[in-house]
Amino acid sequence: MTPLLKVQNIAKFYGNRIGCRNVNFDLYPGEVMGIVGESGSGKSTLLNCLAGHLVPDDGAVLFDTRTDGLKDTVTMPEPERRMLGRTDWAFVHQHARDGLRMNISAGGNVGERLMAVGARHYGNIRSDAIDWLGRVEINETRIDDHPTAFSGGMQQRLQIARNLVTGPRLVFMDEPTGGLDVSVQARLLDLLRGLVREMGLSAVIVTHDLAVVRLLADRLMVMKDGHVVETGLTDQVLDDPQHAYTQLLVSSVLQV
Amino acid sequence: MTDYNFAYLDEQTKRMIRRAILKGLAIPGYQVPFASREMPMPYGWGTGGVQVSAATLTPDDTLKVIDQGADDTTNAVSIRKFFEVTAGVATTENTTEASVIQTRHRIPEAELRDDQILVYQVPIPEPLRFLEPRETETRKMHALEEYGLMHVKLYEDISQHGAIATSYAYPVKVEGRYVMDPSPIPKFDNPKLEMSAIQLFGAGREQRIYALPPYTKVESLDFEDYPFEATKADHACDMCGAENSYLDEVIMDDQGSRMFVCSDTDFCAGRQQAGHLGALAAVNAEDAA
Repeated sequence: MTPLLKVQNIAKFYGNRIGCRNVNFDLYPGEVMGIVGESGSGKSTLLNCLAGHLVPDDGAVLFDTRTDGLKDTVTMPEPERRMLGRTDWAFVHQHARDGLRMNISAGGNVGERLMAVGARHYGNIRSDAIDWLGRVEINETRIDDHPTAFSGGMQQRLQIARNLVTGPRLVFMDEPTGGLDVSVQARLLDLLRGLVREMGLSAVIVTHDLAVVRLLADRLMVMKDGHVVETGLTDQVLDDPQHAYTQLLVSSVLQV
Repeated sequence: MTDYNFAYLDEQTKRMIRRAILKGLAIPGYQVPFASREMPMPYGWGTGGVQVSAATLTPDDTLKVIDQGADDTTNAVSIRKFFEVTAGVATTENTTEASVIQTRHRIPEAELRDDQILVYQVPIPEPLRFLEPRETETRKMHALEEYGLMHVKLYEDISQHGAIATSYAYPVKVEGRYVMDPSPIPKFDNPKLEMSAIQLFGAGREQRIYALPPYTKVESLDFEDYPFEATKADHACDMCGAENSYLDEVIMDDQGSRMFVCSDTDFCAGRQQAGHLGALAAVNAEDAA
């Protein structure tokens, strides 16, 4: 089986400082990869390099495109990369405000990606939007409200609906549950887990919350100071951490 | 006359503007940056249009200036005077006699010919501006033909008003490529953008020039189930009786009575002279007498 995403030797430097370095992994269709580490460990830098928001200084990110098979997204022409960004890829930001258009109604937010790939039938766009609002548990009556009128959890769910409406194959998530209170987090995770399994999505999830990866991720990568210090199956890494830093991370979780 | 170079601007500046115009004509709908000059009028009063007109005028030209279709409003009168003084060109209020027409917010009702040039004053040349405030990003969107966002605006219109409520500055796609803001003309005028005359658009404050060569294909954006409609007030002109011209609504008194008149004053006057009279034309004549 060909991997959906093949990351080879990715490195990103900010001047003399290391953003991330020497990162290699393969992601197979339907697999969810978690990346954990403390803040400043290079998780978000790595994610942005993978999603094409940052240009890595070294290495290749190969994506299994529908037409040409494995293709390096770092060197592919920008129009093609941006096309991937609104069709096969999705990016869920930590702050919903970064991923939503706050002055456009919920329906318009969900419909934007459809219109960006050429949908020109208002009735169909609207019914797709209603369908997706339902799937992320937002009431249909809120379709014409602006996201500013939504709670934080709803905004995050709206952002997810907006990203998944075009049926992407790979989802990048940057701390999707950050800044939400725990009960809302739990519901969001539940919803995400359902959608990921139901749609057979592959995902790369960056988080510092070990509970999130325990629930969602099949495999886990632990980062520290821009380097990957440990990789493996999620349960294996969390139950039997080998590296000193991972042991520290796992033991730091508060037991209630 | 001798105090000014012909048409106010110096020859180097006109050369620079003509280059921008030629580039604009070569790439219909593309916004060409140009080094807009300070003009002796405030931004928003047609500094872009005036510069384009100045670079286009020759001593043999006949100039007409309209503002919202009218020849006798402040903006039109002052710009016409400006070129009378600085260029000494002939001026007219008659659409068919003019060779260069500078306009604000209207296309004349009379069909233009291929020996005429229509110059628009443009406040905001970027159709995506209110959807995406970053200029770097909108330029990239134009370059990569990413125009989905423009339809988001139309979507919002329908979801809020039940129909596409955008009634002026209605976005168009030029030759299947660039999305363009036709300046704040009413959408009634959009079908007229496909014409025999050259159309030049000048935005002074925003420092952009763009153009439509004659017979360029111009499509107004819409949805399959909500097609574009060129709308006007459902009424006939009360002065000349025209049923196919764009109308202004005029409040007559504090009792709520109102009348509709052609916004194109030359068109309306011409029809009245030819003997066409509207519902209130007689009343008006009595008042005058």
